[in-house]
Amino acid sequence: MNTISAPLTDARVMLRRNLKHILRNPVTIFNAALMPVVLMLLLVYVFGNAFNVGEHYVEYATPGLIVLAICYGLSGTAVSVSSDMTKGIINRFKVMNVSRGAVLTGHVVATMLISSIAIAVIIGMAFALGFRSPASPFDWLGAVGIAAAAAFAAAWLTVALGMAAKTPESAGLTVVPLILLPFVSSAVVPAARMGQGVRQFAQYQPFTPIIESLRGLLAGTPSGGYAAAALAWCAGIALVGYLWSRATFSQRA
Amino acid sequence: MRTSAIAVSGLRKAYGNKAVLDGIDLDVPAGTVFSLLGPNGAGKTTTVNVLTTLIKADGGTARVAGHDVATEPRAVRAVIGVTGQFAAVDDLLTGEENLQLMADLHHLRAGEGKRVVSSLLERFDLAESARKPASTYSGGMQRKLDLAMTLVTRPQIIFLDEPTTGLDPRSRRMMWDIVRGLVADGVTVFLTTQYLEEADQLADRIAVLDQGHLVAEGTPDELKRQVPGRHVRLRFSGVAALHAAARVLNGGTADDAALTLRVPSDGGVRSLRGLLDRLDEHSIDVEEFSVHTPDLDDVFLALTGRASTEATAK
Repeated sequence: MNTISAPLTDARVMLRRNLKHILRNPVTIFNAALMPVVLMLLLVYVFGNAFNVGEHYVEYATPGLIVLAICYGLSGTAVSVSSDMTKGIINRFKVMNVSRGAVLTGHVVATMLISSIAIAVIIGMAFALGFRSPASPFDWLGAVGIAAAAAFAAAWLTVALGMAAKTPESAGLTVVPLILLPFVSSAVVPAARMGQGVRQFAQYQPFTPIIESLRGLLAGTPSGGYAAAALAWCAGIALVGYLWSRATFSQRA
Repeated sequence: MRTSAIAVSGLRKAYGNKAVLDGIDLDVPAGTVFSLLGPNGAGKTTTVNVLTTLIKADGGTARVAGHDVATEPRAVRAVIGVTGQFAAVDDLLTGEENLQLMADLHHLRAGEGKRVVSSLLERFDLAESARKPASTYSGGMQRKLDLAMTLVTRPQIIFLDEPTTGLDPRSRRMMWDIVRGLVADGVTVFLTTQYLEEADQLADRIAVLDQGHLVAEGTPDELKRQVPGRHVRLRFSGVAALHAAARVLNGGTADDAALTLRVPSDGGVRSLRGLLDRLDEHSIDVEEFSVHTPDLDDVFLALTGRASTEATAK
């Protein structure tokens, strides 16, 4: 085994392990795929008509729900990363010379796969509820790119949070802010309608440009400004998550 | 020529102000079992963690298979295996998948990996449960699986950190047999334990660790010579019977207040029967009878003049 392909092989082995975990612990998939669907039904049928966002509500809400679909799948990753760190198996990997990159990448890729499933389910559901999009194939490609970037950033941040948590139980809670933050963005109602203070927060927090750029792309009216801001936020968050994970990994394991 | 598998000199490690290892020197010849004996908190796990490259020492040097643990950790990792105090198995994977994971991470070819996995399942008597998740295994089975996972990489030097703590006597004996099997294959074993009996059963040499210092080192026999030996304790209903027994049994120490007589004995059935027969011949009634073997506390009492931290904490 040469030194270049070894880390790749290790990453693939770790990914396979993470995927087996997910399949044997279906609560993760349930959380990731079903919760956003329940939320979508609530928003569209219960609250939606009261919001009056100037368009068909399901069309307004879908971009935000895509982001929420990413966020709801994260707690499983945080718990699983923390379990690895606290249950001694990480020492085994370390003593076997497994690259730390492989351990971390395995979790990130597995998380992104869960996100993709959740996003596919929520988009399917949106179409079933009457969502129609004039977006061109290029717009769709752009939307997939933004969603992938958001999932990538969220996955790295979650791996870092899981690494830093003292117990798997507390690790599950560290991602709660990521589930709540989209509600204080333009996900459910336009930020402009919010109260003083909250409005500014909503306008400048990372979820708003991500959601707005998705909304623009899905409406067939892409906005370069939002897309650039969204990608910059994702790159920044992913970098912070990556560096933080690496640092915690070296320190703890 | 005798080669050292593990050579440690002046090893120090402190957490904050507390020195956990305060200048440890060790030498473990290749192909032998070395046991580090000590109570909880003596620094046993810290020693293992330094020697297995998991933590860095503050001072001193440690070489494992000739490689410096601080500067050549990868070379050290390539020849060692570690089974920690807490079973490091993946609960959600089956026993077979756990072993396969090790084979994959060790970059064994598919065919060879399969062969190694199935032979280890067979050897550790885990074949029947191979397809069940490790979370359903008993403590003893998890420990076996853990050790089997360590062996996938065919390490030359194996570190076992309290391999039998928390196991029932049957599983403990089974682990001992496994360790003996490893040694027969020429592996060097570095074993930490809280049990004198375990060190006695397995180790060629024993070092006693107390609060970061080595307080004794030697073969089990050398060590036991420093420790009050096995003895029989007899309790009587009155001073008359006690004194009568003391006259009959040679070498006994009588305690008039407790009405007990302490007699050195090897604890064997034959000598015990002889002892009881003698008392019978003289019609001396014994209230209570017990056989004592030296334990870790006796070792500590003898070597440091105080009980182990474990016993003081109680």
